[in-house]
Amino acid sequence: MTQRHAQLVGVGESQYTRWGKIGDVTEHALACQAIQRAVADAGLSLDDVDGLASFAEDRNEAVFLAAELGLPALRFANMVWMPGGGGGCAAVSNAAMAVETGQAEVVVVYRSLCQGQFFRFGSAGVDASAPAPANPKPPTVQQANSLLLASLGFAMPFGLLMAAAAYALPTRRHMHLYGTTSKQLGMLAVTFREHASRNPRAVMGGRPMTLEDHQASPMIADPHRLFDCCLESDGACAVVVTTAERARDLAARPIEILASEQGAPKGYAFGPFSNANVADEIYATGGGEEMAKRLWAKAGLGPADVDVAQLYDHFTGCVLMQLEDYGFCERGEGGSFIESGALSWHGGSLPTNTHGGSLSEAYIHGLNHVVEGVRALRGDSTSPVENAEVCLVTSAACVPSSAVLLGRK
Amino acid sequence: MSQRFFPDGMPPPLADAISLPWWEAAAEHRLVVQRCTSCETTRHPPAPVCPECRSADSDWNELSGRGQVYTYTIVHRPIAAGQELPFVIAVIALEGAGGLRMISNLVEVKPDRIEIGLAVELVWEDMSPDLAIPRFRPVER
Ligand SMILES: [Zn+2]
Repeated sequence: MTQRHAQLVGVGESQYTRWGKIGDVTEHALACQAIQRAVADAGLSLDDVDGLASFAEDRNEAVFLAAELGLPALRFANMVWMPGGGGGCAAVSNAAMAVETGQAEVVVVYRSLCQGQFFRFGSAGVDASAPAPANPKPPTVQQANSLLLASLGFAMPFGLLMAAAAYALPTRRHMHLYGTTSKQLGMLAVTFREHASRNPRAVMGGRPMTLEDHQASPMIADPHRLFDCCLESDGACAVVVTTAERARDLAARPIEILASEQGAPKGYAFGPFSNANVADEIYATGGGEEMAKRLWAKAGLGPADVDVAQLYDHFTGCVLMQLEDYGFCERGEGGSFIESGALSWHGGSLPTNTHGGSLSEAYIHGLNHVVEGVRALRGDSTSPVENAEVCLVTSAACVPSSAVLLGRK
Repeated sequence: MSQRFFPDGMPPPLADAISLPWWEAAAEHRLVVQRCTSCETTRHPPAPVCPECRSADSDWNELSGRGQVYTYTIVHRPIAAGQELPFVIAVIALEGAGGLRMISNLVEVKPDRIEIGLAVELVWEDMSPDLAIPRFRPVER
């Protein structure tokens, strides 16, 4: 066990909408709004904030936000070096390390996304609906001006750009190995939609879904139907991390960061986008099994101790594989675990994504899962789990990922 | 020119000095993998150092072009204008490559025939005189 001291003391978010719906507020203004709300929720002032942390190659750079928000002194500005949503919990962990080691005292972790103002993920700037140019140059190899592009150079020429297609690859193999079915994936999506229907913040709150709706939704990248894919959203959220000493004086009940982990198995790179050559034993997994073991060992806890979970849900199959990675069920049994009703807030053995997740609340690169983890342990979730004391939050799967275990004293 | 399966507007290969030789071999219709000359471990995509013994010495090993479908997805959204749908992205376990796999496409196959373990063979698609892309099709029985 490793003793941690950092506490989560505030959460906040902007309005969440479908992607492209927030056009009149800039992405960084939205980040400011979420940060201000989280700091107010903590009962702190922006004058108290001396650190900012984010992830996923955030366009909204901490140094500019610090200036815009008038932070007196930015002592810690940090971004996780991991792809996309995999860095969410790692950013929380970095904030925790900063306050635990005296680099800063109050660090806000934030993420803001207005994809409509930039470009949609997975398009890589390619517009398939645009007419072909009149006198096209013959296709040829082009210079990769980054390591990322050189790596994706062995995926993109084969049309592998879209996340729905990339994550379909391990999910399809999981189905082949263990008999996992589309209906099992659908039940997971339906459960999260039920949770969203109780959450006024959720983008899909007013849109109930049945298993039949899921099965009738259009195929995007087999086995991923539309309702297996997370939303694309505009919105921002933030969480405030500070020391135990500072947390003691604040009004809100602090939530403890019990343990955190991040990592990627050997050869993982950018996951199924870049590299088909991870070990066979872990190809049809979320890649988090070793990380989960380290997380449990650090906290002195195990899967049976988790009362509620907020699992990164970019795609249904990736949640299923995480259930196995973290030991909530045996490898290959994720499908039947879902069928048992385990994920429901109401009587499930592992209430999961009580906000609706990225599938049904909003896609804020999973930082909204940390927000919900705090609410779940404060007793503030719209789908509350009685007496919940331990919450697992994960960030991504099937790519380099991270996780935190949160606890309430 | 060989048969065409995908439109010109597909995203082009992006290569650096490490990966360019792979595409140069492809242009000559040679499917290669990088092989460590120190411990003979093969690797893909190309990389500057052997991930097993960390030697920087390597050469290129030409493959038969046969393999098996390791996993796949049938994609119903276009990547490029004028693309036929659906199209199939597959991970191919390459024969004679020490268990190595590569991302590619399945062509000349009905989607309902595709299954994991399907035996496939290489088919080159000449996108231009300077660019050939390796795709795979079922081995005729
Ligand atoms: Zn070697």
